[in-house]
Amino acid sequence: MELIVFVLAAAMVLGGAIGVITRSNPVHAALSLVLTLFGVAVMFVSHEAHFLAAVQVIVYAGAIVVLFLFVIMLLGVDRTEDISIEPITAQRPLAAIVGLGVSGIVIAAIISSRSALSVTGDGIDQTTVEAADANIRQLARSIFSNNVFAFEVTSVLLLVAVIGTVLMARRIKLREAGK
Amino acid sequence: MLSAIQPTSTWYLVIAAVLFGIGTLGVMVRRNPLVMFMCIELMLNAVNLTFVTLSKSMADINGQVAVFFVMVVAAAEVVVGLGIIVSIMRRRTGATADDLSALKG
Repeated sequence: MELIVFVLAAAMVLGGAIGVITRSNPVHAALSLVLTLFGVAVMFVSHEAHFLAAVQVIVYAGAIVVLFLFVIMLLGVDRTEDISIEPITAQRPLAAIVGLGVSGIVIAAIISSRSALSVTGDGIDQTTVEAADANIRQLARSIFSNNVFAFEVTSVLLLVAVIGTVLMARRIKLREAGK
Repeated sequence: MLSAIQPTSTWYLVIAAVLFGIGTLGVMVRRNPLVMFMCIELMLNAVNLTFVTLSKSMADINGQVAVFFVMVVAAAEVVVGLGIIVSIMRRRTGATADDLSALKG
């Protein structure tokens, strides 16, 4: 059963990822991105990271991809990009070598360090609590005790991002008003 | 007999590595800034998957906390990045990443 879930999720993840980089229409690329994000959410569920799976669907598939689609509509850049031409000589072979190299090095490192994967860390142990909401409880305990300063800084970051984006989007109107 | 095979952590880590490689390839090959952004999201998701897998196999919740912060920062990054793309596209319609050499001095 777990094997079937893994195979289906892996097919979703890799198929969506290949769709993102090969579809010439940006709308199709965004929809392929949704497929990949759902596959990753399924893998989160199979790792019992239920809260993160929900956040993945809500934030990534529900907010970020919708933002992408809005920008695509707003700018009218949904015209198909001609991806058959190659503007820089030998760009694609070199890019393929670098991409395969990165994957290959990481996979080699994973396989050579397989024995270290069962070392237990010194954080909050995931295996001790058996309640249905254990994942959320442990996550909340860690965020609001050990990482509470990072959490507060994150809220400042979100505020700065929102204010900065609003200012950036309004600049033209302000300049026209000043004339 | 098929149900006897259990996917181990290594399988998930290999999937994440391949996903990261595809994202890297996309950033280097595609010229539409929006699609390049989507490829950056692919790489972030590969790292998130690695974090959650290791959090499970090492029985340590801190990996999932890291993923939580990565998601928040990714959301902020997308908002700012798309704002920049919108203001560039207003000035020069249909610009690709190659056309943005105005800062080249």
